Amino acid sequence: MAFVDYYSVLGVSKNASADDIKKAYRKLARKYHPDVNPNDKEAHKKFQQINEANEVLSDPEKRKKYDQYGKDWKHAEQFEKARQQQGQPYGGSSGGFGGFGSGGFEGFTYSTGDDSEFSDFFESLFGSRRSSRRQTAFRGHDFNAELNLTLEQAYTTHKQTLTINGKNVRITIPAGVENGQKIRLKGYGSPGVNGGPAGDLYITFIIPNEANLKRHGNDLHRTEELDLYTALLGGEKTLDTLGGKIKLKIKPETQNGTKVRLKGKGFPVYKKDGQFGDLYITWEIKLPSQLSAREKELYEELAKISKNK
Amino acid sequence: MKKQDLIAVEDFCQYHSIEVSFIRSLNESGLIQTTRSGHKTFLSFEELPRVEKFVRLHYDLDINIHGLEAIDHLLDRVEALQQELLQWKNRVQDI
Repeated sequence: MAFVDYYSVLGVSKNASADDIKKAYRKLARKYHPDVNPNDKEAHKKFQQINEANEVLSDPEKRKKYDQYGKDWKHAEQFEKARQQQGQPYGGSSGGFGGFGSGGFEGFTYSTGDDSEFSDFFESLFGSRRSSRRQTAFRGHDFNAELNLTLEQAYTTHKQTLTINGKNVRITIPAGVENGQKIRLKGYGSPGVNGGPAGDLYITFIIPNEANLKRHGNDLHRTEELDLYTALLGGEKTLDTLGGKIKLKIKPETQNGTKVRLKGKGFPVYKKDGQFGDLYITWEIKLPSQLSAREKELYEELAKISKNK
Repeated sequence: MKKQDLIAVEDFCQYHSIEVSFIRSLNESGLIQTTRSGHKTFLSFEELPRVEKFVRLHYDLDINIHGLEAIDHLLDRVEALQQELLQWKNRVQDI
């Protein structure tokens, strides 16, 4: 557990006035507030530090205690006990270091989703933040979870029941959800404190590509084998796709590696009903093996014809 | 919309200790949409996360309605760009 220099966190000098502290805090809070930094964990962490520094420095009594013990904060508790035994209780609140909000600028109550709301240093010096602000309602922590889906599952809008902290939650997963995409379920985080609202649950979808089916945005790419004869003479081939079976016409003399685009046969576009990306098929022509004597004979004849062209 | 999917603006404001006029301003600027039924104005549950975000930005950070409009627009763009970035990241991983 390390000493936290709250003055440097807020970028103010040790003799900064209450107004300077308030200004510095507001400036930094605007920059790092979670609402203006969506999905930015670093900003959330920084915001938490700023909040903690403000909680201490904006409260005259807390600031006094912080300034008094400074780097000797590890012994603060012992000093406190000694003072109380001598009949000199510090502060004036019963049983702890109170006085929150008395003339100071209150911190925000935005939950950042981090389990440790304030640092161990803070808790060691001032006790639990929650216990010191008994009257304030806090929003519960946010939870984060991952949900694995196959491409097939992500292809259609469907419902899934998840068990979160013993509660069954039925969610609708819209077709076309992206790998790594997050959705928020309001109120499914940890319960609030002192009547505060519950936190939210963030679910990150993990949708890996498959060996022979790759998704690029809303387009799908796959490689299909094609026998030599159909490739040379043309024909038809039926493919199983996520959207069902499709029959494809193969042009005569199709070359190995030829890519065909099937418009609208790709992945559904997220939250846009009826819109789909494209499906790209790359033909991989499979050469015959284990030729019979007759086949060899015919291929030799073909080779001769080809040379004499 | 079902009545149980709505919350009275007055109740919402009381819960958050804010003025009703702030919600009115958000509605007038088009940032949120309220519903009127009889003499009362309501907010839909779906709209609540947005409204709460504006409440935090306004009351925590002192950002006025014009600032909220700009932030809302920019956050939409950030979200779209993050989505696009995610798609490109997935694409690069496949190469």
